[in-house]
Amino acid sequence: MASLSTSPPSLSDGSFSSTPPTIEIQGIVRRHGAVTAVDGISFEVRRGEFFSILGPSGAGKTSVLRMLAGFEDPDEGDLLIDGRSMLHVPPNRRPVNLVFQSYALFPHLTVFENVAFGLRMRRVPAPRIAEQVRQALLMVKLLGKEARLPAQLSGGEQQRVALARALVNKPAVLLLDEPLAALDQQLRQQMQVELKSIQEQAGLTCVCVTHHQEEAMMMSDRIAVMHQGRMLQIGPPREVYERPQSLFVSRFLGVSNELPGKIVGTREGKTVFQPADDGQPSLLVPAVSGQESDRPATLSLRPEQLRLTQERSSLSDEVLSGRIEKVLFAGSEMKYLIRVSRDHLWEVDTRPSAHSAGFTPGATVFLHWSTSDGRLFVE
Amino acid sequence: MKRESIGLKAVSLAAMLFLYGPIVVLVLYSFNAAHLSMAWSGATLKWYATLLYDGALLAATANSLFVAVVSTIVATGLGGLLALGMERMPHRRQQTIEGGLVLPLVIPEVMMGIALMLFFVMLKMPLGLTTVILGHIVFNIPLVTIMLRARLRKLDPALGEAAADLGAGSWQIFRYVTLPLLRPAIWGAVLVAFTVSLDDFLVTFFTAGPGATTLPLKVYSMIKSGVTPEINALSALLLGISMACVGLSLHLQRREV
Repeated sequence: MASLSTSPPSLSDGSFSSTPPTIEIQGIVRRHGAVTAVDGISFEVRRGEFFSILGPSGAGKTSVLRMLAGFEDPDEGDLLIDGRSMLHVPPNRRPVNLVFQSYALFPHLTVFENVAFGLRMRRVPAPRIAEQVRQALLMVKLLGKEARLPAQLSGGEQQRVALARALVNKPAVLLLDEPLAALDQQLRQQMQVELKSIQEQAGLTCVCVTHHQEEAMMMSDRIAVMHQGRMLQIGPPREVYERPQSLFVSRFLGVSNELPGKIVGTREGKTVFQPADDGQPSLLVPAVSGQESDRPATLSLRPEQLRLTQERSSLSDEVLSGRIEKVLFAGSEMKYLIRVSRDHLWEVDTRPSAHSAGFTPGATVFLHWSTSDGRLFVE
Repeated sequence: MKRESIGLKAVSLAAMLFLYGPIVVLVLYSFNAAHLSMAWSGATLKWYATLLYDGALLAATANSLFVAVVSTIVATGLGGLLALGMERMPHRRQQTIEGGLVLPLVIPEVMMGIALMLFFVMLKMPLGLTTVILGHIVFNIPLVTIMLRARLRKLDPALGEAAADLGAGSWQIFRYVTLPLLRPAIWGAVLVAFTVSLDDFLVTFFTAGPGATTLPLKVYSMIKSGVTPEINALSALLLGISMACVGLSLHLQRREV
């Protein structure tokens, strides 16, 4: 397995910055006719890193991937892999391999021949092809299926062949286009774990494009949220999830409980936020820049950052009152939909065992959170 | 079982009889022992045997096979290249070419024949096997191109990209991915082009000169001196070959992968 790694990186220290970037994207722009699919984005991917580009369909993320693979060229900007510009380098001369969303397995070739295709194109001697194909198939747990045609395999097995066919070439960068989108939920979760462990074992550098936020967060070292051709935020999954820099990122990465209002001043180095709805008390949020008074803003909180109580307790937290509107039992958790103002329903997730009594619809409850968890987006 | 109306059954039966009755009669009478008679007087294979000793008929057969083989090979090559080339063109130009391609198939064949004849005369080309072959190539190219395009359109465009991604150049993509996937369609097109060429009468009639008699032309000239059992036997043979080719072609087209 070690033979599949290009040069085993030490991920344990977590300091990516010590290794030179494998990919450098410098201000690339890509236009399709009048539409600008990619609008001047820059980022770096480091060796051994799993980097996901996350965004809704039409965000331009597939264009970025196709430019890395060499199927499209940027109209502006530069794209470097291992320090070498890839502009005008055709796909067959690039040190990258792509796992296609449709897998694109050659239907007339067996599993062995599919996986061997890249090695044969590079005129690797037959005995070495046999050995490397065997190793790749071992890695994706498909040994013994060498003689099958793709049509004789299940969806999950086809996915593994597509992965092995790319891995066997030991690419400097493995590109993944919605790699698990065609699999059903259960298989998908299983493959997420397997893909991640293969990537870590082989020390692969991966760029993955997906619209599935949970998948991106589970597998990635860093994620980039893309929208309308631009990258809104790049960072480790937890940071992007817990500290989104825009409402779009907040809403795209999970549930965002929101309340509109305005900034009314500062207190104890924190920003004071007044919900627009009458009758709600002012709340404290971490200090935001550009906090002139009367600036309209929106408060956002994650469902799991909130705690529910029956009585108003004198904790130092922020508190908001609301009325339970719906109780949803989802197995491992209870979801409460709580009306906090005329137009705003918040979702709060709790473990059922912790609140064995639970709350019933119609009950008035208090929602508590730590001041540091509140996110304020100034308009 | 769903009950079908007796009227519908009767009409269907009549239509089938009208379509296939003459062919069945023709084939049956190729085995009739009586000469110049519609009366059945026992089964025989002697008319098939006499075909083998008819020198002019054998010459016509040789001409037909030569024309069919050459025109099929040339038309498959050119039509195949056209189909592949069209894939890379902008959509609008593809449509224009497609319109031009269908033209030889929809204009009356008599006109095609006359037009080709006049064209060859204008170029002062002597009418003979060469002009017949050229005429057949003209109507076989669209057949081949249309059949191959149908197949190409079903191929996942990502397959070519996947091959390029794995290090294949454009020739290797064609050699190891496109061509193998196209192979059943190519054989299907070859069989159809061969059959159409073998059976063609009108274009051949107008573009053939002395010494360029093909089987359909020979049958036509024989029939002027009366319908003989030899003609029945010859027609039955042609029919058998055509049906076998088209059947095989359909089988290849339908095959997956």
